[in-house]
Amino acid sequence: MKALKFERNVPRFAAARVASAVAGSGKGVRVGPLALVELDPVEIPGPGWVRVRPRLAGICGSDLATLDGRSSRYFEHIVSFPFIPGHEVVGDVEGGTLDGRRAVIEPVLGCEARGIDPPCAGCAAGRKGSCERIAFGHLRPGLQTGYCRDTGGGWSTGLVAHESQLHAVPDDFSDEAAVMVEPAACAVHAALASDITGGERVVVLGAGTLGLCVIAALRALCLPGALVAVAKHPNQRELARDLGADQVVKPGEHKRAARRLSGSLALESDNGVIERLTGGVDLVVDCVGSSGSLEQCLEVVRPGGRIVLVGMPGVVRLDLAPLWQREIELRGAYAYGSEDRPEGPRSTFQLALELVREARLERLVSARYPLERYEEAVAHAAAAGCRGAVKIVFDMRKGGSGPGTPSTSAGRPNAASTTKEAK
Amino acid sequence: MSPRPGFVLEVDRSTPATLIWHGEGFRLERLPVGTRVVYGPEPLPPLADPDLAIRHALDNPLGDSKPLQALLFPGMRLTIAFDDISLPLPPMRAPDVRQRVIEAVLDLAADAGVDDVVLIAALALHRRMTDPELRHALGDRVFEAFAPHGLLMQHDAEDRSNLVDLGVTDHGEDVEINRRAAESDLLIYVNINLSAMDGGHKSVATGLASYKSIKHHHNVRTMLNSRSFMDIRHSELHSSNWRMGRFIAESGVKLFQIETTLNTDTFPKELGFLQKREWEWSLKDRASFLATSSALGRTPGGLSRKIFHSVYAPHDLTSVQAGAVEAVHEATLANLFRQQLVEVSGQTDVLTMGLPYIGPYNVNSTMNPILVACLGLGYFFNLYRGKPLVREGGVVIISHPTPWEFNPVHHPSYIDFFEQVLAETTDMFEIEAKYEESFATDPWYVHLYRTSYAYHGVHPLYMWYWCAHALAHLGRVIVVGGDRAAVRRLGFSPASTLEDALELAEDVVGRDPTITHLRVPPLLMAEVT
Repeated sequence: MKALKFERNVPRFAAARVASAVAGSGKGVRVGPLALVELDPVEIPGPGWVRVRPRLAGICGSDLATLDGRSSRYFEHIVSFPFIPGHEVVGDVEGGTLDGRRAVIEPVLGCEARGIDPPCAGCAAGRKGSCERIAFGHLRPGLQTGYCRDTGGGWSTGLVAHESQLHAVPDDFSDEAAVMVEPAACAVHAALASDITGGERVVVLGAGTLGLCVIAALRALCLPGALVAVAKHPNQRELARDLGADQVVKPGEHKRAARRLSGSLALESDNGVIERLTGGVDLVVDCVGSSGSLEQCLEVVRPGGRIVLVGMPGVVRLDLAPLWQREIELRGAYAYGSEDRPEGPRSTFQLALELVREARLERLVSARYPLERYEEAVAHAAAAGCRGAVKIVFDMRKGGSGPGTPSTSAGRPNAASTTKEAK
Repeated sequence: MSPRPGFVLEVDRSTPATLIWHGEGFRLERLPVGTRVVYGPEPLPPLADPDLAIRHALDNPLGDSKPLQALLFPGMRLTIAFDDISLPLPPMRAPDVRQRVIEAVLDLAADAGVDDVVLIAALALHRRMTDPELRHALGDRVFEAFAPHGLLMQHDAEDRSNLVDLGVTDHGEDVEINRRAAESDLLIYVNINLSAMDGGHKSVATGLASYKSIKHHHNVRTMLNSRSFMDIRHSELHSSNWRMGRFIAESGVKLFQIETTLNTDTFPKELGFLQKREWEWSLKDRASFLATSSALGRTPGGLSRKIFHSVYAPHDLTSVQAGAVEAVHEATLANLFRQQLVEVSGQTDVLTMGLPYIGPYNVNSTMNPILVACLGLGYFFNLYRGKPLVREGGVVIISHPTPWEFNPVHHPSYIDFFEQVLAETTDMFEIEAKYEESFATDPWYVHLYRTSYAYHGVHPLYMWYWCAHALAHLGRVIVVGGDRAAVRRLGFSPASTLEDALELAEDVVGRDPTITHLRVPPLLMAEVT
């Protein structure tokens, strides 16, 4: 089978880090430890595991961080090398109860997939993202499919998945819609983890795939009083508005927007420039995860407010004085599992499937590439925003990713500018 | 030799290039043959003895008012309100006419033994004036006599304790004005009537009112029904102010109105070419033009702004009248039109205008994009009586750099309005319904208006409404040489050159349109027949 393999190769890792730092995100892939290889099919780890042939697999922000050599060393003990990246996957199932059907993979490798019984407290409570055993059991360490040596990953023509990880894709779902389910599930979990009470004022920082999905999830599942999106690029701004933001502003305008929204007073420099707010919004959802974005969160959240960190951070340098003095809550939101809903516990992935359908999130898939063109694909993903794109995916379907592949237009008058077909 | 009246020049092949303002700069532009250029009358000669004229006006009031001297008595509460920094434009060289008038009034008050006197800058919803600005308007003597003792106030439209609700007009308009002014035995209002919009009942009903009161006439409907707001007989803005003014009088507020007109001597000698007709420029004028343009071209933006805002106009007093509001204002308008009115025969397809560096709301400040729109489409477009200079469905071409730039001290809510509201919609009715209240009541804007030097939170919306009549009337607005993003944010079309703009205009008005250029400043008013 064909796969993009990520080796533990320190010099190449360092080269990728330097290249991405110098030339920009995505530029490290040429010199980094990722390579297209021919491999034997992944071995089935045990009972309950099946083969999946990926059809589409997305390139995520966390993948880019890995390829750029920017990811945190925190992950060192919860991944196993070499691994095949790709955790946003829709594929054809071979074997098991879903044999012959399309499924999306819920990539967290929790207790059930690892054959651990009794499960840890997190898994027992349905919070797979909080699994305490992701380095144990009959699999090597790996927090998710796509980071574990034993499972393979979506950037290939074959992987293995535990049946508990699979969610059947409705027949009327396109592959493009299905590949959006995993990021949508992250967004659903983040929205629900933010504990919004009706009428709260919310700012969402970042409008890449995750930010846009969070906006859609907040609008669909919560009752924000007002939702302001901070988006850098024109295409992102349009989509943010369309997915439910009441107001969309550019980076740099967030303080003024949050101030006006909250009716806060502000502390200014002598020449009238707002330094910080005295109040602020109730909730900020950070879909970027950088020092800068966290700083922006702290600038606009009210005393006693909450920051939900959805974008994957690394090492950040941050003045936490406002967090302390204003008793702000900083909360992470990672992955998925089971969510408490008024009607009872629901699988995050099932909620995400509904969200993708409702919000037509398949329109966020902007371009598809074959594995062979992974360097271009990664470069495109890294520059997606400024190139008018959102989600870039690998296309492993026969005849896919070439001329004639159905377009995944956003269904908007200017969709042509936002959807690029890889040729 | 008496000053020559205004006139309309038709450009032919021998016509020299026309001076066109472009913010903190200007250029000479050859206008297409056949273009009409509207020039205002030359500056009227000043009153020979302004102080004597002022004293004469106070002693010989118009209407049913007694002479001022007869209205003053010991133990009375006297309040003198005066126009703020928005008038005149540019600020006039010392002594400012407000200083002359107020000194004369204070002399009479002193003679009458009046010792409870308060001065109030009638800010309405404008920014507070700085001490140097107040000192310039009032002169050292007045400033020193009042300011240190807390007797020089600035109207605070948000100071609930110093506002009084007088009731509601028969049109349902709330009338709420400054308490000190309303509860004085006599209120004197000192006006500088730079344009036909200023003065009359608008002075008190707007200048000393609260948002609750002002919103009845500063709204989209009123602006659409003010054609123009420079023509009080066809201006709903003024009708509403007149109703309020009469209501204020009926409520027992005793007002003595003083109005003044200035000539159009707008620029000091070294910039005299700016107000001369181009074909009459002397060698010295040409040299001044070249030297000034070249110097401005090499000067950084901030510095050229400073230079321009340090220009004081040599305006001179051409009339002063005092007494009952309406009689006074009639006389004022006659004097104003004597200076500013130009007869123009017929409308035009395309109206061009070069906007200068200054408008009423950016004295010592930045002309931000909203103020550009307001100056062009609010003020200049409305400088007409009869019919607009440009026909319905026609095009206005504005020359101004329109920088995406704001003074955050003076215009904090403008930034938010531009970044957050105009990014969503430019529709005035939608803006009024959806955003006005939040801008008017935002506690931070209120705080800055009251304690800093910020225009009221609602002010940018009003400036946008100011454009309502023009935008409803025009087929397109084109801005030459403006920041393209800022121009587009306003909903206008950017163009690099006047030639490009005229080409764009042809898409709307057809080929070979008639073109008229409004050569302002100096200020004029077109009587379009």
